[in-house]
Amino acid sequence: MERLTAVPETGRLNAVGKFETIRLSDLSELERRVLVEKHLISPNLANESRGGAVILSDNESVSIMVNEEDHLRIQCLYPGFQISEAWELASRIDDIFEEVADYAFDERRGFLTSCPTNVGTGIRASVMMHLPGLVLTQQINRILSAITQVGLAVRGIYGEGSEALGNLFQISNQITLGQSEGEIIENLHSVAKQIIDHERAARERMVHESRIRLEDRVFRSYGILSHASIMDSKESAQRLSDVRLGIDLGLIQDVTPRMMNELLVLTQPGFLQQNSGEKLSAEQRDIRRAELIRQHLHRKSDHGGV
Amino acid sequence: MLCQECGKRPASLHFTKIVGGEKTEFHICESCAREKGEGIPGTTNGFSIHSLLSGLLDFEPSGGASGAGPGYQAKGQTIRCDNCGLTYAQFSKMGRFGCSKCYSQFGDKLDPILKRVHGNAVHVGKVPKRSGTRIKLKREIESLRRELHERIEREEFENAAQIRDRIRELERSVAEG
Repeated sequence: MERLTAVPETGRLNAVGKFETIRLSDLSELERRVLVEKHLISPNLANESRGGAVILSDNESVSIMVNEEDHLRIQCLYPGFQISEAWELASRIDDIFEEVADYAFDERRGFLTSCPTNVGTGIRASVMMHLPGLVLTQQINRILSAITQVGLAVRGIYGEGSEALGNLFQISNQITLGQSEGEIIENLHSVAKQIIDHERAARERMVHESRIRLEDRVFRSYGILSHASIMDSKESAQRLSDVRLGIDLGLIQDVTPRMMNELLVLTQPGFLQQNSGEKLSAEQRDIRRAELIRQHLHRKSDHGGV
Repeated sequence: MLCQECGKRPASLHFTKIVGGEKTEFHICESCAREKGEGIPGTTNGFSIHSLLSGLLDFEPSGGASGAGPGYQAKGQTIRCDNCGLTYAQFSKMGRFGCSKCYSQFGDKLDPILKRVHGNAVHVGKVPKRSGTRIKLKREIESLRRELHERIEREEFENAAQIRDRIRELERSVAEG
């Protein structure tokens, strides 16, 4: 453990970026929760790890978890559709850690992980996809079940066991043994690309066949987000998804997709509480969430007007 | 199809057992399966539903004395990892290994599980640089051999010769360690 957390101090990671080591025991429950909501650590590391730590890059795109389910878990997040780039970076970091740590590796079984479902490459490549078109046209279940048949898994935005809030789906490889990292990534890439095509086709069809209903849905959600005083997390995720769809389709132009991404994270319970500096009840959170969304949306349109 | 045990209820559990090339089929209903869990007629060593399910995952029945399934009874011992003390039964319950040695300790018993989860039991991906130079060389040779084969089939002999030389070179460095 010490050897792993000391890697940033050796300067070996400098070529990749600036890193900071954070011990989970030094964080409050709320701070841990915020890290989970930002996808920087897993819920497992936040709640269960004894002596866990995370090595974070300053731009928060790389997080290296120590003493999670396995001793080492390297996570690289890239925007857009850059699975191979993320893998290349993870592999480079992996090489750096391998200089100081003896990995449990077996010629036949590959990297020996604690859970047999990860053994082999130990890689979990995933893409996060916003698929409102497939959900609205009710094709999503058919597609999701097809995905699981080609060795991929579908999860909600917070990984294993989480719900698919706001039409966001995380699609990742299930198989880690018997395929090379390249094959795994290639497979995920081609399936994800097909899903993108289906999503685009679904959106196009909606625009052609039921434009007015689609507009109504988008602007109704936009209106509610801009004016509501109480907003629970489920509703906000759904409404944000509608507005995001409206932005993508060019119906809404004064809000950026980036703001939608930010709001999605900022409206998570941990974040809301950290921002207000205190523990909030569920109702207080819903009020605070509505307020935060209103502020963001109004500030944006004010800027647009000036 | 009616249950071959009670002959009344429809059979809902169907399975085929093959022992030494001899195939036996079973069709039973759920309640007979539960009641007569201990043995199904036609099998010599008592094939219980419990061991059918755990047999699917190649789980070793817990304890040993109670409800030991076929195959394990004869051995009469529990497989245990020498390094961390985790038994195979504990592993199958938790789905987590105790240490990195468990893999080699449980050995081939893991094949069915891994095949079920991954469709495969042998790693073909990345090999750690420092500790796996030798393994890496062997992998490279294998992949070059495949390429060599393809080139020959496509009658690209010039390329093939280059690859052949490269293979020889790598083989030499493996032999030298």
